[in-house]
Amino acid sequence: MKTTKLLAIASTVVVAVSMMASAHAGGTLDGVKKKGFIQCGINSGVPGFSIANDKGEWSGLDVDFCKAVAAAVFGDTTKVKYTSLTAKERFTALQSGEIDLLSRNTTWTLTRDSNLGISFTGVNYYDGQGFLVNNGVKSAKELDGASVCIQAGTTTELNLSDYFRANNMKYEPITYDKVEETIKGFEEGRCDVLTSDQSQLYALRLQLKEPEKAEVLPEVISKEPLGPSVRQGDEDWFKIVRWTLFAMVEAEELGLTSANIDEKKSSADPSVKRFVGAEEGVGGQGLKLGNEWAYNIVKQVGNYGESFERNVGSGSPLKIERGLNALWSKGGLQYAAPIR
Amino acid sequence: MANATPQAAPSKPSLWNDPQKRGILIQVLVLAAIFAFFGFIFYNTLSNYAQRGISTGFGFLNNTAGFGISQTLIPYQESDNYWQVFKVGLLNTLLVAGLGIVTATILGFIVGVARLSKNWLLSTSAAVYIETFRNIPVLLQIVFLYALLLKILPSAKESYSFAEAVFVNKRGFYVPEPIPQAGFDWTIWAFVLAVALVIVLRWIARKVQEKTGQQWPMFWIGVALIIGAPLVTYFMTGRPLEWSLPVLKGFNFQGGIRVIPELVVLWIALSVYTAAFIAEIVRSGIQSVSHGQTEAANALGLRHNQTLKLVVIPQAMRVIIPQLTSQYLNLTKNTSLATAIAYPDLVAVFAGTTLNQSGQAIEIIFMTMMFYLSVSLLISLFMNWYNNKMALVER
Repeated sequence: MKTTKLLAIASTVVVAVSMMASAHAGGTLDGVKKKGFIQCGINSGVPGFSIANDKGEWSGLDVDFCKAVAAAVFGDTTKVKYTSLTAKERFTALQSGEIDLLSRNTTWTLTRDSNLGISFTGVNYYDGQGFLVNNGVKSAKELDGASVCIQAGTTTELNLSDYFRANNMKYEPITYDKVEETIKGFEEGRCDVLTSDQSQLYALRLQLKEPEKAEVLPEVISKEPLGPSVRQGDEDWFKIVRWTLFAMVEAEELGLTSANIDEKKSSADPSVKRFVGAEEGVGGQGLKLGNEWAYNIVKQVGNYGESFERNVGSGSPLKIERGLNALWSKGGLQYAAPIR
Repeated sequence: MANATPQAAPSKPSLWNDPQKRGILIQVLVLAAIFAFFGFIFYNTLSNYAQRGISTGFGFLNNTAGFGISQTLIPYQESDNYWQVFKVGLLNTLLVAGLGIVTATILGFIVGVARLSKNWLLSTSAAVYIETFRNIPVLLQIVFLYALLLKILPSAKESYSFAEAVFVNKRGFYVPEPIPQAGFDWTIWAFVLAVALVIVLRWIARKVQEKTGQQWPMFWIGVALIIGAPLVTYFMTGRPLEWSLPVLKGFNFQGGIRVIPELVVLWIALSVYTAAFIAEIVRSGIQSVSHGQTEAANALGLRHNQTLKLVVIPQAMRVIIPQLTSQYLNLTKNTSLATAIAYPDLVAVFAGTTLNQSGQAIEIIFMTMMFYLSVSLLISLFMNWYNNKMALVER
């Protein structure tokens, strides 16, 4: 009797384990639809990109992107759950399936795209690494011997060392885990310089008690194309995320905003008709989404320009210029493959 | 005895009904199931990695690290590989663990003895110390102390300075660095010789005491020899030592020996926290020695200090050492809290930055765990050896 019982238990364990393994093999889109929401990995707190208000509601450019994907998949921006991650945690969270989408000002590099089992889907913010210093320093070339606060596990950590080595200067890295700790270290005087992507520096500067005593140096020492990424090997999900970004940029090119899209829906312009899903055949079937996927994104979140201005541009305290992030037709780099 | 008929050879029982064979069979099956389970997990992980295009293996250790580390005990440059990062982080962890163990033990013994003092003020202070630090999570203590230190210390330009040689500011604690010149070897040899001499003298002193009962003031002789001999040699050979003084250049002090504030904070916080536990262990150890021992020592005419040193503490150590081992292990493992305050320990630079830059989560966490396991086992081994040495020798 005992033996049969043991055998039964053993076989149950084996079956359960093999079932666990097979459950893992399903696509991200199916998984997301089944659970009814998207688990989106975001930054724990950078104003303009992802920050929570006193009610715990997240907002920002990166958060808007999570919402846009939810709008495309579910037609409902509330169907997102957020996981706030440190720079160190983010790739493991994505690799392990804890999150479906990483939208956390992450630089697209060859190593990350090829070695980590993740794929970058595009660039939602063209950034560059800069330095935040106390007034008095005029150029990054004067920083020989300085102590530099920096966040662990970022490309900034590597660029910083490249820059100082290339210019034959010494520095002392003070490597903190969280963004909040780096700004605290800078404010308390543990370091002379805070280095990060320039967009973040402008945002963090506003968090200082006396922002006017610090400034962002004009030098940009690296290219930092920031973009959302997904797990490698799931083409369907990859394409949904990539085209969500394209749809936001394309909407700006077409002049579609959350305010006027209903009005323009009945327009005769064929590219607008294709965009809102009024023309059969170019809708969402290929992406395994509804025909109104792009319409939902713009209606509920807005186009790229709207999201930019609202979160980091003229409509926000950061007042960052569009610069590289303007549309290609206006001297910037934002360019979308056509929706047709 | 009536029915003592010769027994027929027992019919061979089936496999299932022979308890011995059945037992073996079951064990084999369970073992096979366990192997299959772990084999499956291993295989599944590997295939998942391959499927997602994540590279595996320890080849990444040869890749260039490319990032800086604020405190390195061995030479390290950004162009070194991850294996060097592992060694740097490992040494930083060992440094703070070692320093912490020494100070926690000293502080713990002092507080533990003070806790039993007849002086009300002393024993109450010790009790307050123990109850405060033992009951606050050590992570909070570390973070609090770090914030406090950064608040109260001055900036580099307004450093506290002592004789223009020692400087204290937010960036660290700077002391002059001795740079040995030619001929300094003699001073080192004098020191070695003095230590050897003291060991021999102690042995002789013991023999003398056993024979005649006379005591030599060995402590003072030792101090005089160990400090005096190298000092005299040093001056006789013409002071062959130069000092590199820390000097403010630009943003920071250059030259001298620098102790980063993160190390100081971690060291103090871990020592103070663990010392509270050690104090209680010391107290329980001392109280476990029966009062009769103390009275007997008094009756023999031993002074209070002697009673403590020769009678109570040696017996108390038998109770203390095993518990001390687990406190040492705790302290060593708690050093991983370094990552909260930017101290570059193994977890911060290897299981943190390196993991993130290379993406080799399983390999790196495995190496890190093996490191902590080995260090803990080594500490246990050493303490067990010490315990056996101190244990009651039964005759």
